[in-house]
Amino acid sequence: MSTKQFLFSGFGGQGILFAGKFLAYKGLLDEKQVSWLPSYGPEMRGGTASCSVILSDDAVGSPIVSAPDVLVAMNLPSLDKYESSVVSGGLILADSTLIERKVARDDVKVVYIPATRLAGENGIPTLANMIIVGKMLSELNDFGDASIEAALAKVVSAKRADMLDANRKALKLGAEYVGG
Amino acid sequence: MAEKVLMKGNEAIAEAAILAGCRHYFGYPITPQTEIAAYMAKKMPKIGGTFLQAESEVAAINMVYGVASTGMRVMTSSSSPGISLKSEGLSYLAGADLPALVVNVQRGGPGLGGIQPSQSDYFQATRGGGHGDYHMIVLAPASVQEMASLTVKGFELADKYRMTSMILADGTMGQMMEPVSLDFEASQTVEKPWATTGTKMSRPHNIVNSLFLQPDELEKYNFERYERYKRIEETEAMCEEYMMDDAEICVAAFGIAARVSKNAVDEARKMGIKVGLIRPITVWPFPKAAFAKAADKVKAFISVELSMGQMIEDVKLATSCKKPVFLCNRAGGMIPAPEQVLASIKEAAEIGGAN
Repeated sequence: MSTKQFLFSGFGGQGILFAGKFLAYKGLLDEKQVSWLPSYGPEMRGGTASCSVILSDDAVGSPIVSAPDVLVAMNLPSLDKYESSVVSGGLILADSTLIERKVARDDVKVVYIPATRLAGENGIPTLANMIIVGKMLSELNDFGDASIEAALAKVVSAKRADMLDANRKALKLGAEYVGG
Repeated sequence: MAEKVLMKGNEAIAEAAILAGCRHYFGYPITPQTEIAAYMAKKMPKIGGTFLQAESEVAAINMVYGVASTGMRVMTSSSSPGISLKSEGLSYLAGADLPALVVNVQRGGPGLGGIQPSQSDYFQATRGGGHGDYHMIVLAPASVQEMASLTVKGFELADKYRMTSMILADGTMGQMMEPVSLDFEASQTVEKPWATTGTKMSRPHNIVNSLFLQPDELEKYNFERYERYKRIEETEAMCEEYMMDDAEICVAAFGIAARVSKNAVDEARKMGIKVGLIRPITVWPFPKAAFAKAADKVKAFISVELSMGQMIEDVKLATSCKKPVFLCNRAGGMIPAPEQVLASIKEAAEIGGAN
């Protein structure tokens, strides 16, 4: 991998920025060059939120991801908006609890995962984001690495140590999800 | 080397300012730079410093004037419309020869404009902004690491030359996170015998003032100030050159525009187009020498900007219009895509006869 560009998108409150931050920290700990850029417009307040993450072996040029290798879509407007921007051969992960339609393209790999439902059923209703991230990492053969644990320690506030276990559980649920 | 941490550009500025010894911050919130104020509000009380949210931008810049008069490191930060409000104070700081650091995390304008990234305050920053003959040292970071390192540098230059340093960033630089190392050398400080720190009955009064009713006296200060500016132009200009050795086309861009342009330069190189990039790190003083040198080698310049074309004038001046200078721009909070810059490079290569 020389450079991989990720776009996380959903609505405000789903933990889009947090998911991106976790991935960026994981990249940093894996000794990649990384950038993380959130949308910060008025759309964040209740509307769509997105964030660009770039992991690269070389210095990151533009931090803006306009043609993602990986798209994480956590609601329908996000899939509608960004489906066409994913590079050919790229990966789309869609939260199938909230997105009923299928991806129309046939030149990308698509993973449907009912992350919001899984989160609710497993007592971690706020962590659908990390369930998808777990699935994403396993799809990218990047799961089970020590940097996951270290990155969690960086992004989960020390005051919320109880959330560490919940995040671990979410990542594992996602990674082990079969289907979609 | 210290461990690298992920920080937002705005937070990196705030932390670097504290490391540089700044213990006084005055501001008023405005997107997209509010994280600077938030960081200072959290940190300053814990280290014996002062964070004060003023009643307005005008009040904040005058509080900066007050602390600067005592010789202590002081800063304020805002975004475009807020900097316009501070402009009167910037002129007074210049007139009183006071060192201070001012951060502008630019957003689209004019007027209240929008909150998305922009570089359309270039004229305001590089020409002074307020009334009267003066300049500020204007530093244009293009990474979170530079948001931190240029903040430290800004304080040092401000002290060294008794003037305001401005960090000219934009919404992207303020909001993005990148790894940053805050492992700075102890910041250089200088003696400030002019500071109003109390005479202790052992020296004459120091007076900090920008009012001089005798025109010959006022003229003298203006001439002295411009002697200093001349020295700064000769010694402090900074830029980064990227793939300029054999370049036939030269892209000029700073801040986020330079980051985008680098992608385009890399793509164009893959197509065999000999193109390079000059990224001004100081936009005042403008790195004239690098552009003058390039003007003898390249066939054309492209100024890539998040504005209607402001830095392009400095490129033309620095190159004495020896070669054509094209503009590649977006405005109002939009950012040019690498593809747009690449298209401009291809066009310039054809017109300029390169390739």
